[in-house]
Amino acid sequence: MASSELDADARVARLLQRTGFGTAAATDVTAAARAGYAKTLAAALAEGDDPGAGATPAPALGPLPERPKKPGEPEKGSRSEKDPKSEEGSKSQEERGSSEKAGQRDAAGGVRNGVRHDVRNAAARDASRTGADGGGEDGEAADEDARKAYRSALRGQREDAVLWWLDRMVAAERPWREKRTLLWHGHWATSIGKVRSGQAMLAQNETLRRLGGGDFRTLARAMVRDPALLIWLDAPKNTAEAPNENLARELMELFVLGVGNYSEDDVREAAKALTGWTVDRRAEQGPRARFRARRHAGGSRTVLGHSGDLDARALVDLLTEEADCARHLATRWWGWLVSAENAPSRTSLDRLTEAFGARRDITAMLRALFTDPAFTDPDNVLVKQPVEYVVGTLRLLGLRPRRLPEQGGRVLLRSLGGLGQTPFAPPSVGGWPSGPAWLTTAAAQSRLTFAQYVTRAARDTEAMAAIRKETAGERPEALARLLGVREWSKSTRAVLVDASADPARSLAIALTSPEYSVLA
Amino acid sequence: MRTTVDTWTRRRFLKASGVSAAGVLLAGGAAYSASELLASGDGEGAGGEGGVLVLVTLYGGNDGLNTVVPAADPHYREARPDLAYGEDEVLPLGEELGLNPGMKGFHGLWKEKRLAVVRGVSYPKPDHSHFRSMAIWQTASPESPAPTGWLGRWLDAQSKPDPLTAVSLGATLPPVLAGEKVSGAAVSLGRARLPDAWQTVCTHLAAEQAGVHPLQQRAAATLGDLVRVNEAFAADEEQGSGDGKGGDKKNGKGKGEDGEGSDQDGRQSPEEEDEDEDKPADGASAGGQSGLAAQLGLVERALASGARTRVYCVSLGGFDTHANEKGTQSRLLGQLDKDLSAFLGRIRRTEAGKRVVVAVHSEFGRRVQANAGQGTDHGTAGPVFLLGEPVRGGFYGDQPSLAKLVDGDLSTTTDFRDVYATLLDRVLDTEPGQILDGHEKTLAFL
Repeated sequence: MASSELDADARVARLLQRTGFGTAAATDVTAAARAGYAKTLAAALAEGDDPGAGATPAPALGPLPERPKKPGEPEKGSRSEKDPKSEEGSKSQEERGSSEKAGQRDAAGGVRNGVRHDVRNAAARDASRTGADGGGEDGEAADEDARKAYRSALRGQREDAVLWWLDRMVAAERPWREKRTLLWHGHWATSIGKVRSGQAMLAQNETLRRLGGGDFRTLARAMVRDPALLIWLDAPKNTAEAPNENLARELMELFVLGVGNYSEDDVREAAKALTGWTVDRRAEQGPRARFRARRHAGGSRTVLGHSGDLDARALVDLLTEEADCARHLATRWWGWLVSAENAPSRTSLDRLTEAFGARRDITAMLRALFTDPAFTDPDNVLVKQPVEYVVGTLRLLGLRPRRLPEQGGRVLLRSLGGLGQTPFAPPSVGGWPSGPAWLTTAAAQSRLTFAQYVTRAARDTEAMAAIRKETAGERPEALARLLGVREWSKSTRAVLVDASADPARSLAIALTSPEYSVLA
Repeated sequence: MRTTVDTWTRRRFLKASGVSAAGVLLAGGAAYSASELLASGDGEGAGGEGGVLVLVTLYGGNDGLNTVVPAADPHYREARPDLAYGEDEVLPLGEELGLNPGMKGFHGLWKEKRLAVVRGVSYPKPDHSHFRSMAIWQTASPESPAPTGWLGRWLDAQSKPDPLTAVSLGATLPPVLAGEKVSGAAVSLGRARLPDAWQTVCTHLAAEQAGVHPLQQRAAATLGDLVRVNEAFAADEEQGSGDGKGGDKKNGKGKGEDGEGSDQDGRQSPEEEDEDEDKPADGASAGGQSGLAAQLGLVERALASGARTRVYCVSLGGFDTHANEKGTQSRLLGQLDKDLSAFLGRIRRTEAGKRVVVAVHSEFGRRVQANAGQGTDHGTAGPVFLLGEPVRGGFYGDQPSLAKLVDGDLSTTTDFRDVYATLLDRVLDTEPGQILDGHEKTLAFL
């Protein structure tokens, strides 16, 4: 095991790494150490303008084209879900129109990273046109084309959204806001795979970014009416008579209270309180949450011993008052920022929940986390999340995801897929795994592949020039400083010394090393 | 992303069940390649002479009432008028029950008396959380969290515990295979290709050393595993295709130097490509893998190669049908039916295949009453299926009564440990009590 205590440099280095994307160059560490831990923390958590992130506005994705049903495919949705005015014909007319507008917007939208964007939009337009006009056998073939166009458009939205966010994470001058948004995304884990709307995913992303550092109740109130989350957990199908419990259960189990801190009756009652919220998927700006009083189950509900005429907002208010809410959030964030293996001690947990306090202050809670003695315990090592690994590497090499050569966007997407973490597509409502679960053979292969690509892509960067300038003898140490690795192990050093005549190869090896895979 | 679905579920499980993640993932759970699995045969035939268990886990909570359907029961139709199957739709099993219309293969096996249906299976005080309930099923410990899975404990009890005796198909290890002394192996479905020049590098980076944090050590170990996986596959390719790929092997400065040929061939990461946006996505928010056919395909190859493996764990996800259940569930059950009956049809002709028993379960069934979204919420007891040549077909356990619900849920008529005990006793040749904390009751399906 490492030494019994971290020195001052190592402490601020850890702080910079964990409030950012896992890297901290030696120069930044030296400056931070001079400023001191408290000032470094205050600067890291400060809100305010970030010109870097500000220069990366979200892409305008537009609605997807109509997707015709496959022959024999069961009718989707309940009868009651359909709006009486949405006759099929007028609906496709409407969507076709907006999809064309979206296509034009996209065509003018600027950089597309190895993604066949304009072609796809044109295909989608054509297909949706033929789909609407066709009939009989021709109609079936046209339907198949339209489905293909739909798939392609959805995939395009997914790629655009992911690359945009990665680009923003890399561009941000102060990375905490994006890092915090990423962690909230894992908390309120929602996947475009079921939501099927890039617009809704981007809107949710902005909500998490905007409200992720304030009063948790404000965030939770927004999330129970977030269109993407509502679709993801089947809320739009709800009626007063027979609500489904998916959202109610996960709200209690995963988002607010933690498993076991409520009864089955609480889940059933909460499900009724959440009724009434539906999603209108046809708005041009993207899916919109709409409250329909007729679908809301009125009357008195009892949840966790509190009775009243509960709606979604009142339910959230009630849940976020519970002591279990603070404990659950503190424990979950501890796992992401301190240690996935070592749970917080009673004392630490008390400190965090006290900081959260009656104002449910997320940033205060996290400040307490970052100043907890356990945060700088050398034993509390984390495994880098794949997004941290990829974004951190791009940041230190000065590479922007949207300006990469050689179909770089696709390489990034494939790397993240292989590493097991694609933003906007968590595997389930429980979010991503953490800790040793990231360390698989498949992930090792992907790290290696990514390291080689990114080393090639960085050929002409300043970072690469700096590595080249070092003498072979100095190169291993220079790489440690650049990557923010405290020290190379004996075996890694031997490999780096062996390769030190070749700067690019040295860098690729360093990026593959076990030291760089974890946050020491 | 498919492979990580289970990673997550397992991770959640580890927390929920109190299994130390470090214990499972650092000490055991080494990743093996398919080739290593295939090469593990010792000429004695699959699993030596003993039985072989294929455990199929359906993630998300499969609706048992629409799987083994009491179509004639008026309570059934009343509770879920839009979801109910008619008497003329289901495939008759007798005793006023019928299989979901999509399960024609299962129905054929039923008629051949090679399908057993254990009814009303759950545990005392059923939990409605996916993660808790799955943890209970996998640890076989309903009262308190347990650090090991029931098949992990079985591994521990072997005279020569060996990870390759119990494997999971997919990138990571399910907790059911976590033992105290030894854990089962996770066998990756994909193939890894490592540029030659990197083999030495990875081998050196993987060297074990003192004073390094266990997580860093684990990161190092994955690089070592990667080399072994790569070697196994390189051998495979040389034998298989003779396309000259093996020729690079001795050429120390291969094309791997700057990565060409290693990453752009699209083979490395099927995860990115296999998302099928056109597939109905309802029910997908609770984890589980797709690609059951590929998992079973590897089991079949392993059986044919005489691998010494006695237990295979495979999974299928998507059963969390809170909305639009009928279409989603019938598609998934159709896939299960097609893939499993094709698998059984092929292996039953082989000696090894005659010793295979397949068991299918989920973490819970669903609520009897439908919700407004033409779906159902988390419930309790459900059927467990057993298939294969050694199986004595028929019903076991009583069908829970729809007239006597417990808080809107089906009552439990069969303890899930009865099924495990039977499998331990008659497939895995192990005294059940020592694995199941004294539970010894068995059923007659074997």
